[in-house]
Amino acid sequence: MHRTGWLLQLELPSNPEILSVVRSAVTRLTEELGFPAAEVRAITRAVDEALANVIRHAYGGRPGQTIQLSCRRVQIGDCGKKRAALEIVLEDHGVAADRKKLCGRSFDDVRPGGLGMHFIQEGVDVMQYKSLGRRNRLRLVKYLPDAESQPQIAKGE
Amino acid sequence: MVQIIARRKDSTTIFDISGSIDLAHSSELRREVLLEIREKRTPRVILNLVEVKYIDSSGVASLVEGLKASRDVGSRFILFGLSAGAYEVLKISRLLTIFEIYDTEEKALEA
Repeated sequence: MHRTGWLLQLELPSNPEILSVVRSAVTRLTEELGFPAAEVRAITRAVDEALANVIRHAYGGRPGQTIQLSCRRVQIGDCGKKRAALEIVLEDHGVAADRKKLCGRSFDDVRPGGLGMHFIQEGVDVMQYKSLGRRNRLRLVKYLPDAESQPQIAKGE
Repeated sequence: MVQIIARRKDSTTIFDISGSIDLAHSSELRREVLLEIREKRTPRVILNLVEVKYIDSSGVASLVEGLKASRDVGSRFILFGLSAGAYEVLKISRLLTIFEIYDTEEKALEA
């Protein structure tokens, strides 16, 4: 695969039945990128939960609304090093997320619900959320496994 | 998709579940489990998760609801045969010690 560039772009309906299809695609993609099995499951879980949040909260359970999912291989600067990473972006045009709920609920409170954000955060290295008008954008980044052991020196050094 | 088949053994109901317990299907599991616990008042309900490939947060929520309902009526709610993925979601949720979990059906029935 190339060092950077598009890996996968999907336009999805906000139907819960589509989740299993996306899980299969993300699982295969992350396997292809060389992530170990536990990280494949974690990244897949993060994307699945993020999509489920869009379906449930941004679109209020209304099916047939549009969600865009894109995956790119990118190089990200991190303390003077360039690191290869998988960038996953989800975009929707629903209701913006309540920022207070982006942290997930306390684990001490044993009750149904509120765990999805923990699953997302556990599965990726970076999570960024932006809402601009009626356009919501969630960016997830996971560093590629070989990048951590092969830091690159910046030009000029 | 998810398939849920109930088996009865004495005072125990075992649900054999296969497929994914996700946003599209967790409500089916929740309905079956709560019916068994709240309406039928089955003393022991066991979930066979050997064939469950994936559980999301809504699936975990359904399991927590089953556990809470069983505590409310004084019955037992047991899980066995967790896949690596199912184990991970309960671990991340810090629920491994909250649920009664066994490796096999035999151990779950003996407990």
